[in-house]
Amino acid sequence: MRVPLSYNLRNLLVRKTTTAMTALGIALTVAVMLGILGMLAGLEHSFQTTGHPRHLLVFRRGATSELSSAITPENVQVLRGKGGMETAGGEAMISPELVTTLNLGVQGSDQTTNVNVRGLSPMGIRMRAESVKLVEGRWFERGQRELVAGQGAAATYRDVAVGKPLLVGSAQFTIVGIFSGGQTAFNGEIWGENHQLSTDAGRGSSYSSVLIRAADQASARGLIQAVADDQRLTLEATPEINYYLRQTESGQPLRYLGIFVAIVMAVGSVFAAMNTMYAAVARRAREIGVLRVLGFSRASILFSFVVESLLLALFGGGLACLLALPFNGVAGRMGNSVTFSQALFEFRITPQMLAAGVAFAAVMGAFGGLLPARVAARQDPMTALREL
Amino acid sequence: MLKYLPFALKNSIRNRRRTLLTLLSVGVSLFLLATLLSLYFAFYHRDETPEQALRLIVRHRVSLTFAMPEFYGTRIAQLPGVRMVCRQNWFGGTYMDRKPEHNFPRFSVDADKIFDITPEWKVPAGERQAFERERTAAAVGRSIADRLGFRLGQKITLQGDIFPGNHEFTLRAIFEGPDDGQMLIRRDYLEETLPLRRRGMVGFFSVMADSAPSVPRVAAAIDEVFRNSPQQTKTESERAFNLSFVSFFGDVKLILFSISGAVTFTILLVSATTMAMSVRERIQEVGVLKTLGFTSGKVLALLVSEAIVIALAGGILGTLLAKLVILKLSQMPMFFIQGMQMPPAVVGITLGAALLIGVASSILPALSAARRPITEALRHAG
Repeated sequence: MRVPLSYNLRNLLVRKTTTAMTALGIALTVAVMLGILGMLAGLEHSFQTTGHPRHLLVFRRGATSELSSAITPENVQVLRGKGGMETAGGEAMISPELVTTLNLGVQGSDQTTNVNVRGLSPMGIRMRAESVKLVEGRWFERGQRELVAGQGAAATYRDVAVGKPLLVGSAQFTIVGIFSGGQTAFNGEIWGENHQLSTDAGRGSSYSSVLIRAADQASARGLIQAVADDQRLTLEATPEINYYLRQTESGQPLRYLGIFVAIVMAVGSVFAAMNTMYAAVARRAREIGVLRVLGFSRASILFSFVVESLLLALFGGGLACLLALPFNGVAGRMGNSVTFSQALFEFRITPQMLAAGVAFAAVMGAFGGLLPARVAARQDPMTALREL
Repeated sequence: MLKYLPFALKNSIRNRRRTLLTLLSVGVSLFLLATLLSLYFAFYHRDETPEQALRLIVRHRVSLTFAMPEFYGTRIAQLPGVRMVCRQNWFGGTYMDRKPEHNFPRFSVDADKIFDITPEWKVPAGERQAFERERTAAAVGRSIADRLGFRLGQKITLQGDIFPGNHEFTLRAIFEGPDDGQMLIRRDYLEETLPLRRRGMVGFFSVMADSAPSVPRVAAAIDEVFRNSPQQTKTESERAFNLSFVSFFGDVKLILFSISGAVTFTILLVSATTMAMSVRERIQEVGVLKTLGFTSGKVLALLVSEAIVIALAGGILGTLLAKLVILKLSQMPMFFIQGMQMPPAVVGITLGAALLIGVASSILPALSAARRPITEALRHAG
């Protein structure tokens, strides 16, 4: 025979303050975990949505990022000569790009930080048309010192708005438009024309990387091989998607911190839940005796107290979900260890994450409830009844 | 007051299990608080060595990715108040593979200047001479040498990216000191490997001022000299320069503070619950104490001091645990974390927090117990 659930529920409600405080402790533990998970998920989502499945990114061999790579215009010509590229309006889809960083002030703080600046051609914009849309002003014009900023960049950094000047290398540029990059990594970048930026950044005529769209998956593999085999080039091509996926490693330190904090806080909360449950058992010694005399088995008593602890933890878990939900969509920024600039992202609190949070709370509840429940189940009913 | 301490102690071990659980719960949470606060101090309040206070970093105003012409160094060296200038470039590159343990910072530097401008790095005179004599020589910090098992005379091959090609260096010097987790190679050698059009560019200048008072003056003077040049500069103290890397990691301050806040609040909740439980159980006793002539104030003090004893014990436990963990962390090859310590301020804050938690968690239940009339208290059933 099972002790009815309402018995546990009522017992928790009778001790309102104790229940609320213990549950709140568990809730804060879970909420901190959810916050960190949400940050990581946002960061990963941003990198996962960046890149096209048929895009290849060409770097100088050995370069780990666009920033440390350099490609000469002659090499770009050799690359153009390779087949297997998709065409748009009779033009091959290939975009030589220049990437550098600007040190800009962060809004609402006295800090400055690095922002990715990308020089590209109209083809480069076209190749990202699925994720990038102009929302204000206009695109930069050829041969002009003009820039267009991502929405994330405009919202995060000081003095990034249409009409504002920005110093790149030795020249003054003007921001003429704002584009939306959705959740992609481009949203936090500032774009301009590749030749103009290359000149003013003192790179002569060289580029950082070349973006290519292959006609199909087979030609993508062929192009990677062809670039590797070409003795004239010391370049290597990788799928664009892989490059951005690798950047999720930037979240690694935060992941470790998150795991550490979650475990330590959970241990603290388990002790607290244990305390509450031991107290509950001690106060109800006679009640438990009565239950035993009525014929409830040791096992059902054990089960009942574990359930009560679980219920307590689930209150906490549910509360944590309510605490964490408002963070969904909040803007965050983190250092990108690959590009040496800031990655902008939005917190993502997903249903799976909430489920994981509730499960985490349940685990804490189970651990916290097991030992006290054992004490309750082992009590001798006669002695328990005699107790005051 | 102290004569009641044995009473508080005895009371706190009456329900051993509860005291132990509370103590552990408070201890574990305060351990987390102490660790997070130490991280915060490691990031934002590093102790500045006297040598570091004299150093400035000059970089391109736009960002570190932009280089400046070499002649800037000569120009800076002529300014009054400047004792020394060392040119440096970020080398980047890959050692063996992309594993994090092989990814230590590498700089090309003026071999004859670097150890004078960074006197806190100790290097044997013979090794220093060897580093200054041989063009393909390299020097690494003790922490890297120990971690990767580098020995003097060993070849270290780096695959370049910013400076393309395979570069082979011979390890000639091992230096030791704060933030020594880096590898130094020679600028003059690296320059020769570059095509002509790329030569003569410097990533940043390390500048040493002749005295502390001239530091701000030198900083302003350097930026003023290059104000109308195509490449403008930004000069800041080495400390501020390092702090800009913390800012690069993102909102570290916000993350650390919000977690610390949540942790402290959680402990407060937990211990308040326990204290309330333990006081409630003892209301009858309070009646007895009062009958014996203890005033309400004394009873209150007794109950609160018991909570303080438990919380402080938790605080001490947490601080000791944090000390151990930080000792381990400080050996990790990460910038800022390496060599981190637990500052006395953190010990103070943690124990202060414990004290506060003890008082705040017990004051309300203790007040209500102490205020209860004797007869009612005596009649109270558990």
